[in-house]
Amino acid sequence: MLNPKLKLNPKVFNNDVEQVPTRKGFGQGLLLAGEIDKNIVGLCADLTGSTAMDSFANKFPERFIQVGVAEQNLVTVASGLAAMGKIPFCSSYAMFSPGRNWEQIRTTITYNDQPVKIVGSHSGISVGADGGTHQALEDIALMRILPNIDVINPCDAIEAKKATLALAKTGKPAYIRLGRANSAVVTTEETPFEIGKAEIYWMPDIGLAEVGIIVTGGLIHRALLAAKELEDEGIKTKVMNLASIKPIDAEAIISLAKECKRIVTVEEHQVAGGMGSAVAEVLVQNFPVPMEFVGVKDLYGQSGTPDELIEHYSMGKDSIKEAVKKVLERKN
Amino acid sequence: MSFLSEEKILELSKKANDIRVSIIEMLVEAKSGHTAGPLGMADIFALFYFHVLKHDPKNPTWEDRDRVVLSNGHICPVLYSTMAHAGYFPVEELKTLRKLGARLQGHPHREYLPYVDTSSGPLGSGLSQAVGMALADRMDGKDKDRFIYCFMSDGEMDEGNTWEAMMLAGKYKLRNVIAIIDRNNIQIEGVTEDIMPLEPLHAKWKSFNWHVLEVSGHDFRYLNEVIEEAQTIFEKPTVIIAHTIPGKGVKEFERNYKWHGITPSKEEGEMAFKELRNARF
Repeated sequence: MLNPKLKLNPKVFNNDVEQVPTRKGFGQGLLLAGEIDKNIVGLCADLTGSTAMDSFANKFPERFIQVGVAEQNLVTVASGLAAMGKIPFCSSYAMFSPGRNWEQIRTTITYNDQPVKIVGSHSGISVGADGGTHQALEDIALMRILPNIDVINPCDAIEAKKATLALAKTGKPAYIRLGRANSAVVTTEETPFEIGKAEIYWMPDIGLAEVGIIVTGGLIHRALLAAKELEDEGIKTKVMNLASIKPIDAEAIISLAKECKRIVTVEEHQVAGGMGSAVAEVLVQNFPVPMEFVGVKDLYGQSGTPDELIEHYSMGKDSIKEAVKKVLERKN
Repeated sequence: MSFLSEEKILELSKKANDIRVSIIEMLVEAKSGHTAGPLGMADIFALFYFHVLKHDPKNPTWEDRDRVVLSNGHICPVLYSTMAHAGYFPVEELKTLRKLGARLQGHPHREYLPYVDTSSGPLGSGLSQAVGMALADRMDGKDKDRFIYCFMSDGEMDEGNTWEAMMLAGKYKLRNVIAIIDRNNIQIEGVTEDIMPLEPLHAKWKSFNWHVLEVSGHDFRYLNEVIEEAQTIFEKPTVIIAHTIPGKGVKEFERNYKWHGITPSKEEGEMAFKELRNARF
């Protein structure tokens, strides 16, 4: 059942569940953050509309910098603004920022410890038709290995809004990962969000779960659908939403592993270096259990619709179910 | 900032000489680092820290101070040496350069030495940070109250990031950005015009909508006049192309690109001290 304490969207299993891209939630959050704090500034590299920074730019034109198609400049200028007390949010596609400008982020933002918020939209395979050049499948790995930075991958638009508001107040560097495509709204305004805290979204009605499914990003909806079907098949699972990849909620992950003794991780990212790797780093040092990884396995994407691509690269509901069954067959 | 008297010029010449002596001392002790660039920029740093800059070494985080971005972080021996002589920290501390736990990292790190405004080393990012600082000043209505000085190398003009920053500063007409290029014509592997020709450098900056000034990097009076002009230009950012002699002050090191990234041995250091001590002003 859905965790009743979290006030998740009751329509989550309906066919007509609302579909909103997470970038839209970011746009709303940035506008609100801008109204609260006049030090919030926005920078964009010629993708203001598609990264949903346009409502902020229109409302606060004096606090918006259009840098042109120049992602290295985007983040280094943001570092300079932060050095003078501003809280810059700089947006582009994840493939270009942090894809193209990683060293600038490292030196001028994380090493320099300036509170710049890097907003990477159009992450993952669900970018769709634009194809492999534009599908960032490496950005979590690129960002989470840097000291000083928080890495947040919201599961839906509402969580993206909350994460944006929360990151505006941390006083430290952050990366927020967003998607282009529509994704199901899983949470509600009442659902808690806290940086560094993971939450169990699905749990057995009674008894202990046999497999813990840890998900980051929009695939949470497919994981919940999988968990519900598995329950009907007699397999009890827990589904954890791990939006905060860094800091990581090690305590909650270890506790889930102790209960389930088996873990499946699910992410729209390369399996190498992503959220699943982060979870594995926690578990191998504390409570090693068999794990299966759902994600992109050492491949690049291609053109197609988001749904086609998620199925093709084995990240859909049935692939999650298969991974759960596979991990159950493994000896502990 | 004002007219330079003969006495002031003499004082600055002596300061620059002291700064050079300390640079050699720290490099001999550290046994690694860069020699040519720091020596070449000693006059300019002396002029800035003992005449031009609005700053207070006893109150390094003074909110209204001018900002200094050292984009080519590898010349930090001149920054550290000048800051020590200006009173930011004890001159004795210079000998800790590049040692474990030292505040004086091989390239400047703001976390270790909070008196610097940015961490730097990887080339090509400093001008963008200066541009960001100036944009913040514009938003806060402070762009007439202070200057953002960005010291950069000619070699780092090879970096695309630099040109992105130049375009943005031109777009927003950032009046309080003043970039100073150490035009010493050398980089690690040779002379700039062989590695990647920069000329016509003046015309390139001009075409990016900057006010461009060229000056000898070792003539205090002329340098000072040019900086005053840069501060007066109201409608656009200014770049000062300062023609410097790499290794300046020690004949053996001057104009030789091989001294870009190596340090003097103890014997070479003694030779350098002798020459610097005998300098006439």
